[in-house]
Amino acid sequence: MGDSTVPVELTVNGQRRSVEVEARTLLVHLLRDELGLTGTHVGCDTGNCGACTVHVDGESCKSCTVLAVQASGTEVVTIEGLGQEGNLHPLQEAFWNNHGLQCGYCTPGMIMAAADLLERNASPTEEEIRTGLEGNLCRCTGYHNIVKSVADAAEKMRDGVSA
Amino acid sequence: MSTVAKDDRTQKASVGTSLRRKEDPRLITGRATYVDDLDAHGLLHAAIVRSPEAHAKIVSIDTSAALERDDVVAVYTGADMADLGGPLPCAWAPEGIEVNNPPHWPLAKGTVKHVGDPVAIVLCEDRYTAVDAAEDVFVEYEPLPVCMDIETALDEGAPLAHPELGTNKSHDWGLGGEDIEEALANSEVVVERRIVNHRISGAPIEPRGVLADYRAGSLTLHSSTQVPHFVRLFTALLLGMSEERIRVIAPEVGGGFGAKLQMTGEELLCAWVSKQLARPVKWIETRSEHMAVCHHGRDQIATVRMGATRDGKITALHARIIGDMGAYLMLLTPTIPALGAFVMNGVYDIPVVRTDITGVFTNRCATDAIRGAGRPEATHMIEVTIDQLAAELGMDRLELRRKNFIPKENFPAETAVGIVYDSGDYAGALDKLLEHIDPAQVEAEKAALREKGILRGIGFSTYTEICGLAPSRITGPAGFGLQTGLWESAIVRVTVTGAVTVYTGTSPPGQGHETTMAQIVADKLGVDPQNVEILHGDTGTGAMGLGTYGSRSTAVGTESIARATDKVVRKIREIVAHTLEASPDDIDVMDGKFVVRGSPDKAMALADVAGMAHVRPELLPEGMEPALEETSFYDPQNFVFPFGAHACVIDIEEATGKAKVVRYVAVDDCGPAINPMLIDGQVHGGIAQAIGQALYEHVAYDEDGQLVTGTFVDYALPTAAELPMFETDRTETPSPVNTLGVKGIGEAGTIAATPAVLNAVIDALRPTGVTFMDMPLFPEAIWRAMTDAKGGAA
Repeated sequence: MGDSTVPVELTVNGQRRSVEVEARTLLVHLLRDELGLTGTHVGCDTGNCGACTVHVDGESCKSCTVLAVQASGTEVVTIEGLGQEGNLHPLQEAFWNNHGLQCGYCTPGMIMAAADLLERNASPTEEEIRTGLEGNLCRCTGYHNIVKSVADAAEKMRDGVSA
Repeated sequence: MSTVAKDDRTQKASVGTSLRRKEDPRLITGRATYVDDLDAHGLLHAAIVRSPEAHAKIVSIDTSAALERDDVVAVYTGADMADLGGPLPCAWAPEGIEVNNPPHWPLAKGTVKHVGDPVAIVLCEDRYTAVDAAEDVFVEYEPLPVCMDIETALDEGAPLAHPELGTNKSHDWGLGGEDIEEALANSEVVVERRIVNHRISGAPIEPRGVLADYRAGSLTLHSSTQVPHFVRLFTALLLGMSEERIRVIAPEVGGGFGAKLQMTGEELLCAWVSKQLARPVKWIETRSEHMAVCHHGRDQIATVRMGATRDGKITALHARIIGDMGAYLMLLTPTIPALGAFVMNGVYDIPVVRTDITGVFTNRCATDAIRGAGRPEATHMIEVTIDQLAAELGMDRLELRRKNFIPKENFPAETAVGIVYDSGDYAGALDKLLEHIDPAQVEAEKAALREKGILRGIGFSTYTEICGLAPSRITGPAGFGLQTGLWESAIVRVTVTGAVTVYTGTSPPGQGHETTMAQIVADKLGVDPQNVEILHGDTGTGAMGLGTYGSRSTAVGTESIARATDKVVRKIREIVAHTLEASPDDIDVMDGKFVVRGSPDKAMALADVAGMAHVRPELLPEGMEPALEETSFYDPQNFVFPFGAHACVIDIEEATGKAKVVRYVAVDDCGPAINPMLIDGQVHGGIAQAIGQALYEHVAYDEDGQLVTGTFVDYALPTAAELPMFETDRTETPSPVNTLGVKGIGEAGTIAATPAVLNAVIDALRPTGVTFMDMPLFPEAIWRAMTDAKGGAA
């Protein structure tokens, strides 16, 4: 630390943040360790599991694969910013209603990846949901109820039931 | 399907309904707290230096470069830990069985025994620096010969994993008929197969993690564990501390699958270091560490012989199992193959059954419990072999099964190995399965698909398993040899306002017990499950408990809660009867009130009773203690035996050997459903883990003992794209073992599914001449099997 720190300025969940981090700091560690947003998780060393998925400038991004400095100037949204208790995003509501989670560790990343998927394709087929979530691993659910949750949320979002 | 609660005194029953989970609001909003989400003032970060060698003498360890780095606080090696009370524990010490148990230390002393064996721990102010400093610890190794092949490990001159033992054998153990050879010799037909059940990783998405904080003589240990009470006990014994000075907390745990049923070196190490430095210490496992050092599962090679009459009555079954223990015996390592022996009868009425097990040491990571633990291996042996027998006899696979099912009128049924199956209706489950899938239709689809280069196959598995661990008289020191009882505890507390808090000694890593346990309590007390709080995973908040594994949290843990709640209800009835001048036997729970039967206006709400019990104890019946709180310790009299019938339809690309599950139908019976949606979720996940083992996953080492599947790049967990939607249904056959009639469901899918997948693959490959093969069913393996079969035919 110390000599090699760099400033990073970014917007996280709508709030402008300015921090000094070691140049090699990963975005996921900036979010978790510097900003206290521990809803974004780390589950592997290799970018396979997707537990760290957040949105950077509106697109899903595995936050363990980018440096914090690369995210300077961007707008980042994490699970904490997607929706909160009492004001849940339709995907959060759908995962709850359809038992789309068990241990919950992959869930924030899975929901963020699914939100990006639905942004790009409002009416995905089952196969499109499955291939769209290929970058996010879940060990508990066998994906059955995750696929159901995403399809359910897509339908509700198309119908405009929830904001 | 019946989803109506059995207790007709309860209105608006919650039990039997698919209540969405109480756990979920914190999990879907990112507000849950896993170990790595915890912080502490003065926190030190630990990184562990691990062996790159499979077997080597440690010549020297140079920590000076690491210690010179800024922010490095300390580096410890095995030599520094001379004050430990002993090595890491193995809980199995059966009378009359010799078990070789080489010492297993949190940091290696003198030699390393597998890749990843810990050599030193580095403590730093900063997480990144800890990793840098670990790379600055220079260890000189002198490589030693490695033992990697369990089938030749006991041969004269084989390299020894532990030369000081003079053998690679850990133990021999057997169960069942001594007359097995005679029974096989008298059988008209005997089918023999060598069946490999390869090594897998539990791989919960949250790796393990520990935060130890020792201050003023007391230790608080947060660990991502399924067994906080065991961790407290062994930490106390090994650190020489008194148990009440240690509090172990399992916070949110991101999946377990048995991988977190362990007393790990890292837990002990962090606790010990925190005590040395008087600072909190955190260690978070990397995925690469998890793959190398978190205990693996399976890794057995069995020779299975099934004898039968020509008309298809099975007469004898023998399994000769060599189990790879890995380098050490961890908490339950040698017991895992033995667990399978208890259900080696499967669902069949077989007069003579025997299992013989030899445990063998290798220079691989230790094996231990991974989802199913011994029962998946046994079920795989039985269900794969019965398909092979059907082919040998020229019989239909399902007819052969039906002919040998233990009939439902025989329950409770004592099997040839002396275990009593509690309840079952195996034909009923198979009938229900066939309502969902027509094998003849799958057969009819094969020809047209073959023309497109697709080989379609269908496979079945009719299974039972043994869970609800465990009746202590069977598994404890006087029986199987575990050095503990496996009962469970519960405390049910109704507060002064009528709120309900329940403590359970189980420690769920994600199944949803905060919901299902609340449903049971809510119906008994006539309250909303939302007002029942389930506390778990904390040795500081309740009585001793034994944790979550072996599908015990419902059949043992929830039964314990039910019994404590029944005690509370009994007290409530006495208070209401005393107050309203009625008989306690005439008090019913109706619409959230305790009502005098036949007099609906004579009633007390739970809050009124609780208020009286706390605020006006002088109004209670003579001699009754104040408050509403009861404890139960429940030791089951028997295991419970879930069962079911599964079918798998698989398509194989003939050109490449790539297999994909296109349909999976599962009928499971875990007794009366508490929450059908959560049962389905357990079944889905269990099947997915088994399909993962069958088609995609394999912890592989090369002949030098190097791990070649060290990350998720090489170790392929199935993704959403590899799996189908699962078709699930249930039958409900209550267990007579507990008052709820329930059986476990967490492991059933994993136990049932690998043989269904393999049998489907073999069925698909039969037209190519392949009649048998083993998992893992990677495209290359299937392609080679087809190619070899062609070569053989040419």
